[in-house]
Amino acid sequence: MGTARMFGPRRVEKPVLQRIAGLNWGVVLANVLLAAAGFAMLYSVANGTWDPWASRQMLRFGVALMVMLVIAVIDIRYWMAIAYPAWFLGIMLLVAVELVGDTGMGGRRWLDIGFMRLQPSELVKIATVMALARYFHGRNYFQSRSLRSLLVPLLLLIIPLALVVRQPDLGTALMIVVGGVAVMFLAGVPAWLFVVSGVAITAAIPVAWQFLRDYQRDRILTFIDPESDPLGAGYQIAQSKIAIGSGGTTGKGFLEGTQSHLNFLPEMKTDFIFTALVEEFGLMGAAIVLALYGIVLGYGLLMGIGCRNQFGRLLASGLAVSLFLYVLINVGMVMGLLPVVGVPLPLISYGGSAMLTWMVAYGLILSVSTHRHVTIAPKGSGII
Amino acid sequence: MREGLRYQTFSRRALLLAGFQGLALAALGARLYYLSVVNGEKYRLRADKNRISIRLIAPERGEIFDRNGEKLATNTQDLRVLLVPEQTDQLQPTLKKVQEIIEIDDRRLARIERRIKRQRQFVPVTLAQGLDWQTFSRLNVEIPRLPGVQTDAGLSRLYPGGNSIAHLIGYMSSPDDEDVAKSPLYQLPGFKVGRQGLERRYEPQLRGASGTRRVEVNAVGREIRELPPREEAARGGDLHLTLDMALQRYVFDQLGEEAAGVVVLDVANGDVLAMASSPGYDPNEFTRGISNANWQSLLKDPRSPLLNKSVSGQYPPGSTIKMIVALAALEQGLISADSTYFCNGKHRLGDHTFHCWQNRGHGKMDMMQAVANSCDVYFYKIAEQLDIDLIADMAKRFGLGATFGVGVGGEKEGLVPTRDWKRIYQQRSWQLGETLNVAIGQGAMLATPLQLAVMTARLATGMAVVPRLVSGDHDVAAFFPALDVNPFHLATVQRTMAMVMEPGGTAHDYARKKSAIAQAGKTGTAQVRRITLEERAGDGGVIDNAELPWKSRDHALFVGYAPVEAPKIAVSVVVQHGGGGSSVAAPLARKIMDFTLAEKPKPSTPVDQV
Repeated sequence: MGTARMFGPRRVEKPVLQRIAGLNWGVVLANVLLAAAGFAMLYSVANGTWDPWASRQMLRFGVALMVMLVIAVIDIRYWMAIAYPAWFLGIMLLVAVELVGDTGMGGRRWLDIGFMRLQPSELVKIATVMALARYFHGRNYFQSRSLRSLLVPLLLLIIPLALVVRQPDLGTALMIVVGGVAVMFLAGVPAWLFVVSGVAITAAIPVAWQFLRDYQRDRILTFIDPESDPLGAGYQIAQSKIAIGSGGTTGKGFLEGTQSHLNFLPEMKTDFIFTALVEEFGLMGAAIVLALYGIVLGYGLLMGIGCRNQFGRLLASGLAVSLFLYVLINVGMVMGLLPVVGVPLPLISYGGSAMLTWMVAYGLILSVSTHRHVTIAPKGSGII
Repeated sequence: MREGLRYQTFSRRALLLAGFQGLALAALGARLYYLSVVNGEKYRLRADKNRISIRLIAPERGEIFDRNGEKLATNTQDLRVLLVPEQTDQLQPTLKKVQEIIEIDDRRLARIERRIKRQRQFVPVTLAQGLDWQTFSRLNVEIPRLPGVQTDAGLSRLYPGGNSIAHLIGYMSSPDDEDVAKSPLYQLPGFKVGRQGLERRYEPQLRGASGTRRVEVNAVGREIRELPPREEAARGGDLHLTLDMALQRYVFDQLGEEAAGVVVLDVANGDVLAMASSPGYDPNEFTRGISNANWQSLLKDPRSPLLNKSVSGQYPPGSTIKMIVALAALEQGLISADSTYFCNGKHRLGDHTFHCWQNRGHGKMDMMQAVANSCDVYFYKIAEQLDIDLIADMAKRFGLGATFGVGVGGEKEGLVPTRDWKRIYQQRSWQLGETLNVAIGQGAMLATPLQLAVMTARLATGMAVVPRLVSGDHDVAAFFPALDVNPFHLATVQRTMAMVMEPGGTAHDYARKKSAIAQAGKTGTAQVRRITLEERAGDGGVIDNAELPWKSRDHALFVGYAPVEAPKIAVSVVVQHGGGGSSVAAPLARKIMDFTLAEKPKPSTPVDQV
């Protein structure tokens, strides 16, 4: 297979049914299995009842799964066409949140639009990656390496970042940065730039410290020395570690977790659900879950290698890195490796926002996969 | 070409990121391994320490029985209503709804609210106890509408004897901080501590020992389930009294509304058969939590219902002391039973005149007549020749000025004045006139009804009888040592006491003539006010007790034993401000002795070793 055949102009437009059939059902199944692990744990932490969490979570997942499959079969050129508008809409909504949003966890994050509460930062996470992928799709190898073409991507990144930090939502900010930086890195921005930025940011940490809210500082301080505050913020980490450690190799058994059932674990249906899982299913159960995440996200990251358009490549990989960060932060947090930043474990934690974000993002990854043979002109597809 | 370069860069870097992802996952895996395998045992222990808590089990309190096995203090099912603050959505509306069914006064409500604030939110607070079945079932019907409210049938203390025995038994109440420091049991919700009387004195024995159970608790300490094994609590030991409840009840009823103290002893072994103090109070009310109004009325009652008069009431013994004085004189060889003195109603000492209760005088009196008539002048004349310390010594030999530790608490020593006492406590030397006053049981001398009963028992037997209320507190009768008194002299005094009940004696008309059993005794009328010369000289002479305010009336006393020939029981009666010993105390004592002997008390129950 020569480069001419690989990159030659070729449009493949399969019928919808064929596209559905062509989906990678293996990774879809992996996603379902992860969600199922979540249902089981929600059933467990509710002391063996479907209500109120597990049943609702299943309903949500059902809807989210449909959303994912629909997104997956929609043509990638369509997604490319709405990349900038989606980013713009996300920014508008963030501004709206800033003005009229509801408060939760010490910051403004939700927008109440009547029938549901919208979390614009979730949309922004995806839209930022889309917009950056769109931008670099239109830049060739040399353009991608020039410093001048960094101006637009930095704006695309910094504007949402600034708005999210203002809320303040450290977890989301981190994910936006990592997703965006991953796209830039994959697009070919010179490696030394990342090294220099890394050094600069490290140097800027003391300055950034000044801008953190008290509870954010506490979390970081507690992370550094959890024993200093065993009854306050450190309590969560300490109890989480006890739960994980006491699970041992094979766990205490389903519904037998003492730390979770006796409420020693904080936030166990949301941020600390992985802890409850390890307590009941042990190292083995945790390894299986981590392996599933590895498979699902490894696929997303590497699938771009077989994709014929730069937008798809960057989108899939950028989203995969972004989603991986979710998992990394949450699991690292509950095991005491990272500060408690309040990031849920997507698919498993109770809650709609993270799940929807994950499924939409993964729908896009699948769409890239479905349309990997589609080639798109640098200026866009022209289908809209 | 450019697309190729771009693609190559992407692929290279994507693989690099995938590598990082793999490394990150590996790091998470390693951390997991470190926590759950390397440190698994440590965390397992910590998880157990989190969830397992040792809780105490409250023991059932020992019961108190009288000599016939009648229950004086027992445990009954107590229907209570509790509130678990944590489980109620709104405290105030819930309390209001409960109040529609049961009455909770403001003071109690304030206490409940204080407790709710102070203790942990899952610990139940008692809203009301001692509910009747009707209220209890009504509450149970309403429970679904009252979140956090629970009904519960626990154990609470019940005193079937009520008022008649309150002073002996005491009552139970919630522990204070000092109690809590003594035993962790007192921290248990609803666990009470004995206050006053036997409940307090025998608290450690009655309380029993706590058991323990291991429970699984959740993060806020609420109990989830019990984990075996469980160590049961040891029930408290029972207390068997020498008391005869039937007699006690009879005595208490006889006292009626009077402020009085009565003690009935078995002279053979010192068993306290009855020990009554009137008026009483209901210990059950105290255990439930007495209302402020009732508490105030108890405090303000001039007859001091809260005072256990039989051991804590100290009274001038009046003429009941005369046997002691006579005995002291006999032992000194100052007089014999036949020595006579002439009573003309008064006796002069220096420039002071001492009066006989019989204004016109008794005429010539020997000892029999003097005791029988309670002639004061006769005893003034003896006392003139007796040193106060000799009287005091004799009084002490017969149990005055001593406490016996019968266990009810609050036992007073009374007062047996001596020269030393006067010097130490009043910084003055003893005056002969005071000896004369003591000789007729006035002046500084004070005794409790228990002491008077012991004195009488010792007079009746010549043994150093020591009273006991709790079986097994000391061994039986025969081992009381004989008193160091000439038996002939004692017999003389005993005869004088028999004479009191014979025709012509002060107690004959009021007592002996109505009784089938030969009794011996002595009346006493203790003055509590000073009678002025003017009053004595006035038209009506000494004002009659009935015309005086209650507080100024004389105390009526009687001590006695029966049957005369082979004494079995001794009794003392003190009616505070009751009037004359003959007219008020003697008839009571006669009835009590008759009842006691008719009852034929069984021997006290076999000793329960404690």
